[in-house]
Amino acid sequence: MSANKDLLRVENLSISIAIQDTSLEVVKNASFRIPAGKTVALVGESGSGKSIIAQSILGILPRVARITGGHIRFRDPLRPDDECDIAALDADSAEMRALRGGRIAIVFQEPMTSLSPLHKVGHQVEEALVLHRQIAGTEARATTQEMLHLVGFPDPERAYDMYPMELSGGLRQRAMIAMALICRPALLIADEPTTALDVTVQAQVLGLLKSLQAKLGMSLLLITHDLGVVANMADEVVVIYHGEVVEAGPLEAIFKAPGHAYTRALMKAVPDLDMDRDQKLVALRDSTPVIPSSMKGQTRDFSRIDGPLLRVRNLSKSYVGKAGRWFGGASTRTLAVDDVSFDVMPGECFGIVGESGCGKSTISKLIMRAIEADSGTIRFDNGTDACDVLDLEGHALKAFRKRIQIVFQDPFGSLSPRSTILNTLSEPLEIHGVASGKANSRNAAELMALVGLQTSQLNRYPHSFSGGQRQRIGIARALALSPDLLICDEPVSALDVSVQAQILNLLKDLQKNLGLTMIFISHNLAVVKYIADRIAVMRRGRIVEVADVETLFARPVHPYTKSLLAAVPTIRLDRKLDFSHHDGDTHDPARDWPDEFKPGVNGDPLRLVPVAQDHWVLARSLPSRERISA
Amino acid sequence: MLRYIVYRLLAAIPTLFLISALVFLIIELPPGDYFETYVAELQAQGETVDPKKIEYLKEQYGFDKPLLERYFTWVGGMLQGDFGYSFEYELPVSDVVGNRLYLTIVVSMVTIIFTWLIAFPIGIYSATHQYSWGDYGLTFIGLLGLATPNFLLALILLYLANVWFGTSIGHLMDARFIDQPMSWAKFRSMAEHMVIPVIVIGTAGTAGMIRRLRANLLDELQKQYVVTARAKGVPPLRALLKYPLRMSLNFFIADIGSILPAVISGAEVVAIVLSLETTGPLLIRALQSQDMYLAGSFLMFLATLTVIGVLISDIALAILDPRIRLQEGRRR
Repeated sequence: MSANKDLLRVENLSISIAIQDTSLEVVKNASFRIPAGKTVALVGESGSGKSIIAQSILGILPRVARITGGHIRFRDPLRPDDECDIAALDADSAEMRALRGGRIAIVFQEPMTSLSPLHKVGHQVEEALVLHRQIAGTEARATTQEMLHLVGFPDPERAYDMYPMELSGGLRQRAMIAMALICRPALLIADEPTTALDVTVQAQVLGLLKSLQAKLGMSLLLITHDLGVVANMADEVVVIYHGEVVEAGPLEAIFKAPGHAYTRALMKAVPDLDMDRDQKLVALRDSTPVIPSSMKGQTRDFSRIDGPLLRVRNLSKSYVGKAGRWFGGASTRTLAVDDVSFDVMPGECFGIVGESGCGKSTISKLIMRAIEADSGTIRFDNGTDACDVLDLEGHALKAFRKRIQIVFQDPFGSLSPRSTILNTLSEPLEIHGVASGKANSRNAAELMALVGLQTSQLNRYPHSFSGGQRQRIGIARALALSPDLLICDEPVSALDVSVQAQILNLLKDLQKNLGLTMIFISHNLAVVKYIADRIAVMRRGRIVEVADVETLFARPVHPYTKSLLAAVPTIRLDRKLDFSHHDGDTHDPARDWPDEFKPGVNGDPLRLVPVAQDHWVLARSLPSRERISA
Repeated sequence: MLRYIVYRLLAAIPTLFLISALVFLIIELPPGDYFETYVAELQAQGETVDPKKIEYLKEQYGFDKPLLERYFTWVGGMLQGDFGYSFEYELPVSDVVGNRLYLTIVVSMVTIIFTWLIAFPIGIYSATHQYSWGDYGLTFIGLLGLATPNFLLALILLYLANVWFGTSIGHLMDARFIDQPMSWAKFRSMAEHMVIPVIVIGTAGTAGMIRRLRANLLDELQKQYVVTARAKGVPPLRALLKYPLRMSLNFFIADIGSILPAVISGAEVVAIVLSLETTGPLLIRALQSQDMYLAGSFLMFLATLTVIGVLISDIALAILDPRIRLQEGRRR
């Protein structure tokens, strides 16, 4: 391990952030190295200081942050005898600016916001080239198009003149990567590069990064909280906790025998596809929900209901959009939900999985009657009341709303910052005139205990709670009216791994103890596997496969389900992702599907056909036997 | 894009008709008409008026006809470029307004340029140095400007200019240059007289623009793409001007819609206080004396300019901001 081979060495780095009159040390004495040509993963929860370290390497720290000690030694392979200390350079000096974007580049987490919406993709990619290489005009354009082609744009010439909003998330992230790599940097920092992307797109982007790394011979600093991604990408791992490096070393050593308690806890908190169904996730900071006495007897009696609690049949919804670049152009209809049918049995957790834009959230909104359906029926029957959800009007609709409640994805946006938790929790009861005054505050206190929060926090405002705590408040609010059906729309995708485990455990406990029926919507297969009993897989508005959990994960039939499962990165080192297939958004994978699954082919229309007991697949005809593996 | 412009132009026609009906109605609403006000005024001064003459005048100008007919005569006249007759000035409306129009435009244009020159650097400075002493100081001055009534500021400056420099700054030029052809001396006189009105009229607008620019820019400076630009190694000033500033300019372009009518109406109250020969005082006087064709045509003129201004700013926005033209018509 000769220090001479290291591209970058961070030595005893300390960074503090000024908060009013005091300062907070967010990175304490951190040291690690990035060897030339290798990938180093920086792992930790949000707030652990990993992004701040990346910013300090690039010299783009926010104004409040300051390096208080240590060195960042960068040895440019183009000038191997000349080592410079980035920590000592002025962030706006010409020397630092030449490094930034030229020799060290970064890819951010959010491809939606990291590109300027007003400038063409090509211009934004080209900018670094013009700045660092003094190339301009047609030559720059040619180089840019070459780079766009390299990152997988099918038509670089056209892509150059497009605006970011015309591109999908995956393509935007590719544009970001092109922008970072256009000057062929020695070090690429990828700050959560795939967290905002779907699994299949994530696999594509990771594969792209890996192949480009090999082609350009650069080092990669991968910042992530997803241990599955780390297992598939990294050569070395640095685990960081509260600004301190707690463990660092080669991937195998750390994953096979994690030395630090925090690393071990982090590994246990991740739901994995290989986990047993009854194995419980271990949250880093656990909290136990207390079932209040008044709710104990509430466990619902589902024996009166014969048949499903919710029966959805032929549900369709389309959105109207417009084609064409300059106003005008024909209006297009996009089928967000296309002839979807499923049943939710009382007491079960029904999972809906799919990539973004597949229509899963639209279904939840249709069931909530937040938007109107184009056609189809939704039949709700809890034993005492039965109704057709889509036909309800006025008072009947208001009364029905008590029966179904929802937990949203974003715990920050879904709570009003201007109302106390007490108000938030008692508002549903007030709206429906269920309780008032004292009964209300007692109820709110019970709900707080139910989700494992302190009753004394009732008078606080949402800003004094963390993301995980807010999500628990969101769950408490949804439970305030003791609904029959709880819809969870991506409830953990905005949360850290450790907090995610907490929320999942809470939902599981609540379901068991209160006899809740749940619809759990997520793009994360491992999460759905952990919590759901039956799963529907959606693609482009249609359900492609429905089965119970064991069957779906053990014997998937539809090629789409198979590709989804294959794209999930796991923390098992012996089962790494195969990056060779993922050749881009350019190529519609449906074209390689067997004929009976292929959409848009003449012949019988696609419909859900049973392949086994309670296992349905969207196909033209019963798939041949060999496709249904035993 | 062409389709969009044509569509917007066609949509402007019913809008203008509606406005013309409203303007006509509002002018007709107060009891009586110009002649009754005129008679009352004369009688108050102890003079007698021959009722026959009034009758004759009323008939001459069609005041005995029904409301609807007069409305269509008025609108029809305007379509042919005949804006009617000002009773008070005893001149066609176009002659009365025309004289003052170019002075108004000059004053307003200078004011707008003054506003931009002051507001832009200060707004950018305030946003990039948020919560610094400079930001607080400039914000304070800006708020003062926003809160001080224009006419009060006009009176104070009027007084101070007289005491300190001994110049009388009423009017837009020395009296001897009025109705004279443009000359170097006249230009200098105008420039000298213009300083105070421009400052007075521009203050509130400048302060408002600083506040809006600062707020918009602060929002944009937080955005991820600004960090992206920095990470590419773009020098700070260029990164600021190219990305967040351009994004925060939308409000500024949207403002064009309201700038055009403001240019023509020419800050009425200040113009009266400083006795400026702009169109503002003209409009006020016309409304007071129920000089209906003058007032009506004037209001119509302002409305038309508003419609055109909004159209221009919409088209400019669509050209400058790809999000607007790409997202148009995308509904849920």
